[in-house]
Amino acid sequence: MKKKLLLLFLIIVPFKGNALIEVDITRGNLDPLPIAVSPLSIDEETKKKFNEILNKKNIGSEISIIVERNLKTSGLFNPLDKKAFLQKPDIANLKPRFEDWKLIKAQALITGKVSIENDKLRVEFRLWDILAGREMMALAFTTVPTNWRRVGHIITDKVYERLTGEKGYFDTRIIYVAEDGPKTQRIKKLAIMDQDGFNNKFLTLGNELVLTPRFNPTSQMVTYLSYFRNLPRVYLLDIETGTQEVVGDFPGMTFAPRFSPDGKKIIMSFAKDGNSDIYTMDLENRVVDRITNHPSIDTSPSYSPDGKYICFNSDRSGYQQIYIMDSSGKNVKRISFGNGLYGTPVWSPRGDLIAFTKLHKGKFYIGVMRTDGSGERLLTENFYQEAPSWSPNGRVLIFYRETKTDEKGKGFSAKLWSIDLTGYNERQVLTPTDASDPSWSSLLSN
Amino acid sequence: MRFNKILKNTLLVILACFALSACATKKVSTQMQGDVYTGTDTVEYLASGVPDRVFFATNESVLTTASRETLRKQAAWLRKNSKITIVLEGHADERGTREYNLALGERRANAAKDYLMTYGISSDRISVLSYGKERPVDSGSNPLAWSKNRRSVTVKAN
Repeated sequence: MKKKLLLLFLIIVPFKGNALIEVDITRGNLDPLPIAVSPLSIDEETKKKFNEILNKKNIGSEISIIVERNLKTSGLFNPLDKKAFLQKPDIANLKPRFEDWKLIKAQALITGKVSIENDKLRVEFRLWDILAGREMMALAFTTVPTNWRRVGHIITDKVYERLTGEKGYFDTRIIYVAEDGPKTQRIKKLAIMDQDGFNNKFLTLGNELVLTPRFNPTSQMVTYLSYFRNLPRVYLLDIETGTQEVVGDFPGMTFAPRFSPDGKKIIMSFAKDGNSDIYTMDLENRVVDRITNHPSIDTSPSYSPDGKYICFNSDRSGYQQIYIMDSSGKNVKRISFGNGLYGTPVWSPRGDLIAFTKLHKGKFYIGVMRTDGSGERLLTENFYQEAPSWSPNGRVLIFYRETKTDEKGKGFSAKLWSIDLTGYNERQVLTPTDASDPSWSSLLSN
Repeated sequence: MRFNKILKNTLLVILACFALSACATKKVSTQMQGDVYTGTDTVEYLASGVPDRVFFATNESVLTTASRETLRKQAAWLRKNSKITIVLEGHADERGTREYNLALGERRANAAKDYLMTYGISSDRISVLSYGKERPVDSGSNPLAWSKNRRSVTVKAN
């Protein structure tokens, strides 16, 4: 990694004037790229039409605001104040006057145009390199008008990918548990929202306790734990149809579910007679396989992206630690050896890292380690936080954090937070209610 | 004279403070042994003299001497009331990961179940339900509150 940084430095500095912009996402970005996001140009008639359909006065400007917010949230970009823009959106989109944008210190510029085509929303956009004075990318797409927020996310993904060299994570959704009520009697519902907190929707009513929802690889199904009829069992939910079913027929609590990377199996814990072991169930032929068989607690299983390995949490050493094994359950190997307790291991979608929760000396940490346990890095410390979930590009972790109550037991809250793999850019992910157990979807427009 | 009075009052207040804080400290220490809760604050009774719950040390599912005594009382009561069935609800404190705590709650409730069974209660009459850290009885974020929350509660099911 260090070598790469050095190389970039050597190459870029001498030719700064002509080089195409590049954003390095491998380190904490203390110097985010100044970028101008021009409102997408739109003529009066189109404005009026979309106002009728979507009740948004200027959909071109609204979409650009989504892009701007996404870019800012990433921590890698510094979107410039629109008031300083010297060029009108329509003219900028045809051919920007680079000097004008240089003047306000923009290094990149996004322009675009919104039009209507057979009642559909058509958006074209361009990414410009101001210093080199050239177009870097131009794309157009057409979709149903109600998808307008997704258009903003897709534009961000394209820009992010062009400038960082890695896939984005903006056209994604988060499934989580929405919480309400006193700490001793929390009401919990499954909820889903866009990555930026919009389009929030509750999927259950709160009649029974629900926990730990996780997406399947296509993000159309969710597996989670429900206390329906006071029988804690793993369930499967089809988000579009709302169909729910119990996974398997186990004579006891099943919990900690996740999908296999091909989406064909669910891996989970089954607790019986005081002992939790890891099982899989094939969703096609309903065959159940026992993966671990040990008198200790084995839970929180998570597959490697190639499906060949499983990381999991076990207290077989006496305390909670992280282990990996073959997907068959063979070759169990402990990988966490630092001070403290380790839980909730989650394999990165890139395959190289495992994120975890760590409890040490009364503090909770979210951290990452390599899959052999080396290179442990703690990203954030707090009174209570746990359950990291990876962004689909493996660059950001989302998790939940609970507050310490005061001496009267008041002041409890649970919120979602995200942090970059670099340990920088920690921020709260806004939700309409208290929230926990977030799970990040795959890239929807892939 | 007046100054003296103020001084005297202040002294009284300070003394009162001392007495109070001494009380508070004493209260905590008599409510916990090691980090196992030994008080009666949250305890309810299945019948006169039959407490409904037992408490555990951090990360533990081992029954203490006091827990075993409570469970023997429960077993005696269950033998006398042979039609009653029960649910053992296992709980953990908030200082652990959600999934591990679900397993830990299940392990604690089963420790209680096993003990009741050795005192002649049929497993047909006992079901086990783990709540992990989902249903604390004390919403505090301090060692005493956590000790009350690490529990297995025997609940009548019929």
